[in-house]
Amino acid sequence: MIPGVTIYEILTVTTLLFFIGVYGFVTRKNLISILLSVELMLNAVAINFVAINKYLYPDMLEGVYFSVFIIAVAAAETALAISIIINLYRLVTSVDVNVTETMKH
Amino acid sequence: MEQIIFYILSLIMVVFAIASVTSRKILRAVVYLLFVLIGIAGFYFLIDYNYLAAIQLTVYAGGIIVLFIFSVLLIHHIESKLEVPSLGRRLLVGFGSLVGASVTLFTIWSHPFNVAENSTKATEVADIGRGFLSYGEGGFILPFEVISILLLAAMIGAIIVAKGTRLTQKN
Repeated sequence: MIPGVTIYEILTVTTLLFFIGVYGFVTRKNLISILLSVELMLNAVAINFVAINKYLYPDMLEGVYFSVFIIAVAAAETALAISIIINLYRLVTSVDVNVTETMKH
Repeated sequence: MEQIIFYILSLIMVVFAIASVTSRKILRAVVYLLFVLIGIAGFYFLIDYNYLAAIQLTVYAGGIIVLFIFSVLLIHHIESKLEVPSLGRRLLVGFGSLVGASVTLFTIWSHPFNVAENSTKATEVADIGRGFLSYGEGGFILPFEVISILLLAAMIGAIIVAKGTRLTQKN
């Protein structure tokens, strides 16, 4: 654990990061910016796993494993989403969420 | 000393996260997100999980951010600015996020955590590797193998989706 820093302060920072991500996720119209906000939220959750593991159960390593899995899933998700976005840009030459509605027909 | 570093890191993370979701130029937003991710890696170093910090730096700063920058350069005109949502929408969403954050913070600060004191056991990378590959009780070999198949499937899927029409029009 970090000397002089309580778990409450760490969880406060991660909560702020998560809700900044939520704000960006709802306000942004561009698909890539939405993906950036999702990355922000995933990272806040990964820090939560690690901090709670280190502060409450310092002899275990489960939080580290789950953080590694979160990072791996986030990498896979980003690669797929960006490939979909690039393909979408070829079809409709725009990546705004209010223009891309080709699946609705 | 660690306390001051933690406060500086959290200030950097929160400020650049806000800058990342409000910036009107998308390339700058990506670079601000890079700063947030590097701050998170510094936090992992501070909490003594060097392995996670290394993963964070290589996968996020080295892989995902480069992927983002490439896709931005492919898709966006570099001078074009993102449209700003209307003031009412920004206020409404900001208020909703504030309410959510305050409810979560209230719950966290009113919950008594049983913090384990005076544990000085250092975390070694070998322990993490043994935990990943152990098939005994509490071992993580099954999700470890599943995640490798997931990464392979995501890679193949990304190639096929990004190649798009050229693959499908042939037959």
